[in-house]
Amino acid sequence: MKIDRRSFLTLLAGGAVGTALSPLPIKLMDDISIWSQNFRGTPIEVPVPERGPASYVDSVCTLCPGGCGISVRKIGDRAVKIEGKPGHPVNDGGVCALGLSGLQLLYGPWRVAGPKKKENGRWKKISWDRALSEIAEKLNELREAGKADAIAGIARTGRGTVARLMQRLLAAAGSPHFFPVPTNEDAYTDAVARMFGKPGTVGFDFENSGYVLSFAAGLLDGWGSPVRMFSAHSQWKTNGIKMVQVESRLSSTAAKADQWVAVKPGTEADLALGLAHVILRDNLNAGAAANSRAFDSFEALVKKDYTPARVAAATGVKESVIVALAKEFAAASHPVAVCGRGDGQTPCDSREVMAVTALNALVGSVNRQGGMIIGPEPDYIQWARPVLDDTAQKGLAKGPKTLAGLLAGKTPDVQALFVLEANPAYTLHDAPKVKAALEAVPLVVSLSSFMDETSALADYILPLPTCLERTEDVVVTAGLKTPMIGLTQPVVEPRLDTRHPGDVILDLAKAMGGTVAGSFAWSDYQNCLEETFGLVYGKLAAEGYLQKSVLETLIDTAVAVGRVDFSPVVEADKKARQNAPALVLAAYDAMRIAGGAIATPPYAMKIVPDTILKKNDLYVEINPETAQKAGLADGKAAVVETPAGKAQVRVRVTHEVAPGMVAMPRGFGHTAYDDYVSGKGVNVNDLIGPVPDPVSGLDTAWGAPAKLTKA
Amino acid sequence: MKHNQQGTPRKYGMVIDLDKCTGCGSCMVACMSENNVPFKKDETDKLKSITWMRVYKLTNGKPFPDTEVCYLPRPCMHCEGDHGHSPCVSVCPATATDYDHTSGIVSQIYTRCFGCRYCMAACPYHARYFNWFDPVWPDGMKEALSPNVSVRMRGVVEKCSFCYHRYQLAMEKAYVEERDTLEEDEYQTACTQACPSGAIIFGDLNNPDHAVHQIVQPDPAHHGRPKNPNAFRLLERLGTNPKVYYMSSREWVRKSGDNYLATEKPGTPETH
Repeated sequence: MKIDRRSFLTLLAGGAVGTALSPLPIKLMDDISIWSQNFRGTPIEVPVPERGPASYVDSVCTLCPGGCGISVRKIGDRAVKIEGKPGHPVNDGGVCALGLSGLQLLYGPWRVAGPKKKENGRWKKISWDRALSEIAEKLNELREAGKADAIAGIARTGRGTVARLMQRLLAAAGSPHFFPVPTNEDAYTDAVARMFGKPGTVGFDFENSGYVLSFAAGLLDGWGSPVRMFSAHSQWKTNGIKMVQVESRLSSTAAKADQWVAVKPGTEADLALGLAHVILRDNLNAGAAANSRAFDSFEALVKKDYTPARVAAATGVKESVIVALAKEFAAASHPVAVCGRGDGQTPCDSREVMAVTALNALVGSVNRQGGMIIGPEPDYIQWARPVLDDTAQKGLAKGPKTLAGLLAGKTPDVQALFVLEANPAYTLHDAPKVKAALEAVPLVVSLSSFMDETSALADYILPLPTCLERTEDVVVTAGLKTPMIGLTQPVVEPRLDTRHPGDVILDLAKAMGGTVAGSFAWSDYQNCLEETFGLVYGKLAAEGYLQKSVLETLIDTAVAVGRVDFSPVVEADKKARQNAPALVLAAYDAMRIAGGAIATPPYAMKIVPDTILKKNDLYVEINPETAQKAGLADGKAAVVETPAGKAQVRVRVTHEVAPGMVAMPRGFGHTAYDDYVSGKGVNVNDLIGPVPDPVSGLDTAWGAPAKLTKA
Repeated sequence: MKHNQQGTPRKYGMVIDLDKCTGCGSCMVACMSENNVPFKKDETDKLKSITWMRVYKLTNGKPFPDTEVCYLPRPCMHCEGDHGHSPCVSVCPATATDYDHTSGIVSQIYTRCFGCRYCMAACPYHARYFNWFDPVWPDGMKEALSPNVSVRMRGVVEKCSFCYHRYQLAMEKAYVEERDTLEEDEYQTACTQACPSGAIIFGDLNNPDHAVHQIVQPDPAHHGRPKNPNAFRLLERLGTNPKVYYMSSREWVRKSGDNYLATEKPGTPETH
């Protein structure tokens, strides 16, 4: 056979087509991929994490007041993963998005590496001894000048040994001005003190409730101890327990509720009193609370002012729904009503807390299974009184002022301010004004692990180890049925030049000398901690927490609740009733956003939906009706203006929010920290001015009258 | 070791109770933290944001105040297709993704992947993500990387592995202890473990003792379609045979799991 040009080309083409149709190319590609997978010299380098023995260290998470038990996985001496601790009484293995991101707070570059002092607006490194002696000197100067009460402290919490040491330091120096950041728990404590004659912590036995009526409490948006609330909710679902959410926005809680009662913004208390009206009118509670004090005046109030027709007009909820809700609530076995806007870190106004508590009282759900539980303050700290010299006694005798009062005016009364793991420059309402006030204070000392907004404007930063690097007692109330005390354990060695806040306070007292030093007899914080707990410390350290049975040996047993007094409810209704503005800017909380002192870590930022944040633009939610009035379409830029300030945002037009409301998430608009969170969106606290409650005195602002215009 | 107690191959799967899921995002972060998923300074462009587990928000589309929403976590569905022919495995030219018949897990081998992204186009669940950027960890943050999962480089595709390294660790432990079987709690994914609502349940779909099997009641005659009337799979009628099941008591939620006509009932097989 002769191979001519024609047959040669035919063979070539045929061969090519044949090969292409055969599995050969794909097989070759496979084989080459597998053969070449371990080629070295890849241009892109990726880190290869070091291997090592795996181990677990148990501790307690302190990123929110929830107090979950955590179990940290370690490889060698590195912590690589935070997991929930199985069997822990609070969270039994579950853990939230913020807790899971905890290692990013431990290892992130937003930590403060060592003590710093601000000189001419610039940070300078300083040694611990030098920093403490300089601060001590300034405090002693104030004392000598008779201005001991010009020293003040703001703390994340007022409970636990560290906070109490801070309070003790201030008292020994002569200042009564110690301010734990108030939360809705304080509003509850205040209401309970007025209505039941005894202050106490308020918890809820949700696990045994038969009907849950929530007045805008974000039970699944971070309220109380979030993981505990999630598992309680799952129990309700499994057992067919009805949950009703009264709220102006379809929050995650409202979305999971069996019934969402969409009220007009700020009218939750009206609805609660409306339900009380129906219960009393139809005698649904069989006269259960009739022999309470001032019951007649309460009955007269709700019968006159809170008829279903009036409440329907005020709240926008149909009369039939109001009546049906009241009937269901009163007929259910073990019903419970609860309030606490969003994650409960902002106090509710007295009228609302008392109206909701009155509902519980009406159906007998106070200190009963499945109801609202008033317990004693878990005060296990029994220290001898601090030694007071003349200066201290004079300072303390001047009587306490409020924080707002101390910071008001061009030259604030406070001359030296300690901030203990709080971030008032971000979290307090009308934050720009707070910032200006803090800047006017001659000495601000920030005790914090992070370069937060308050640290950024402080004069000294005394950096602390994070909760994963230190031992500390954590008091967990957070709506639990019985409070609990947890103990954090150092999971890793302190990474940076930090000092335990307890030791900082003890060292500072020593540096101040005199009776101040004399008030602190402990050699170091660990010594103080162990002495405070005495014999049970071993158990606490071994198990990581103390439950009720052990707590009873340390504190009083249950508070006996006397007769309910309804007169404070009537009084609060008279003093705190107000008309909602036509358009209100309201803050909301969500599990994926940390709205408090600690900024949202990168992993949690990553799961924030793009319907809330896009690039650096924050989206506020408005109802189509609101959008139409303002002439705004979905996604358009807008300006929100309130009496406190204005901000540029974008709007998301959605049916998930009531008309008359501009819903803005809390937790954005950080100016400090780092590029992962800073400069993104708007801090809603900048736009909401403080609203002191006429009864409790707490700042109960949850929103502000707003104007929304096209940008 | 290839088989479970019943002598059938293992087939790991998941059932997610959408009535319990609150959309808190724990599963997403647990996954990222477990699997060394990188993060950027701006993660608001979700097309470029790597989230092996992603929680979607569904809505019934009704006006205020009858609006309802439901959260739906979406890991990789680990489709079995027909005898292991999952959509992505079928198109991969590099054997970088494969169906493991002994565990039912769809693997992803990063060093083999050359980033053609055929699999991403083939996946109907958007469960696959491409590394558009070099992973960057700020100073100190590399400390938190786990050695159990390889860090991925720019230019490759990655996805949920049902925490395959946890399966390997459990199998290794069983091997050392000369066991042939795995207990249900010995192998659980990071998202299952973290979920504070207990909404995610994970286990061997072929093992009648496991909760997933009991809840879903997969029908072997119909590619594992659930017999539980409240359970459904996403895009059931595509025939991808996914191993992630969902449960909801709400019909509109079940209906949004597939492209049903307005008149159709959810769960009905396609009739054409």
